[in-house]
Amino acid sequence: MAASVKDSPNDISSNGKDTDGQWSLWEVFTQPGKGAPHEHAGSVHATDAEHALQNARDVYARRGEAVSIWVVPADVIVASAPGDAGPFFDPGNDKAYRHPQFYKVPRGVRVF
Amino acid sequence: MMVQQTTPEAAVSGVTTAAELNVAGTRGPSFGEPIVEYLLRLGDDRLILGHRLSEWCGHGPILEEDIALANIALDLVGASSMLLGLAGELEGKDRDADALAFFREGVQYRNALIVELPRGDFGFTIMRQFLFDAYSVVTLDALASCGHAGLAAIAAKSLKEDKYHLRHSSEWVVRLGDGTEESHNRVQASLNELWRYTGELFERDTIDEAVAAVGITLDRDALHAKWESIVNDVLQRATLTIPEKTVMASGGRRGRHTEHLGHLLSVMQSVARAHPGATW
Repeated sequence: MAASVKDSPNDISSNGKDTDGQWSLWEVFTQPGKGAPHEHAGSVHATDAEHALQNARDVYARRGEAVSIWVVPADVIVASAPGDAGPFFDPGNDKAYRHPQFYKVPRGVRVF
Repeated sequence: MMVQQTTPEAAVSGVTTAAELNVAGTRGPSFGEPIVEYLLRLGDDRLILGHRLSEWCGHGPILEEDIALANIALDLVGASSMLLGLAGELEGKDRDADALAFFREGVQYRNALIVELPRGDFGFTIMRQFLFDAYSVVTLDALASCGHAGLAAIAAKSLKEDKYHLRHSSEWVVRLGDGTEESHNRVQASLNELWRYTGELFERDTIDEAVAAVGITLDRDALHAKWESIVNDVLQRATLTIPEKTVMASGGRRGRHTEHLGHLLSVMQSVARAHPGATW
């Protein structure tokens, strides 16, 4: 679970379960302000959820960048493959009528 | 050696100076009014521990932890800067936080011994940090509502940071203690070595009594009980055992330090002393 640190601070042997010898990978999402969406900030290695949350706080929120943090085990994220890009996204690009740009945004409405 | 110092303020207000109080066995000159000594104790704890933690910068066991330790070191040095700044102001000798941090000798430092011990391995650093964080949280929590407005404001600000420090070190103590046989043995050995330095954190002397005059009245016994409850809870989760019957070390508050402080100061003060007044 936790790493054992040898006498020299440089000498670290990890007991992590991952194949690369590191602790497992967690993706970090930070919310820059109340009401704003959580956005992907990066990733951290950690032994468990609480540890991941602390590492995310220290790496991605130490200069006041966030009001909330999500951490998600990287291996539970299901992602589209680069080969899917054509069938997934091309149809959306050439149908202008699907885009809501024909509407005027009333003054005072906040656009994210 | 005691140097008699009576500041004009003290003469007007009738406040007793630390020198007049004659804290038994203090080495080096004292610093005027008791509140100045009191602030130096708080500030020096955080300055020295912050420096010890900063020694991990670039040597942390993993990148994330390297950053975490450096963050905490910065928080502690930041808190010490405010505390020493206020001490310098109240001392009234035109010394700012930098002057107090970089141009005092070892015997003039008022930190507890636990913070000056070498950083050891990661387990030792984390255990020391945990024992101190728990002490700091209960102490700052009480100081945040004390009658000294300047100190109360600093305590309230630092308390938020220290609550996070405690969360960070507690989680690590549990993981190391309840981790592998190797990590358990190392962190238990660290606890055995550090325990004798915890008594000093809750000592009470004439300075503590004298600062009641400026609105600082901490109930050390109550704070000790709160500290013990935090420590017992985490150590139990970490499957660690508190050493039995320990003779407690003492002396830091009176300028009687271990050999380690001098070495630390020679590094920490070298740049400021080589280039006095330099800015960048």
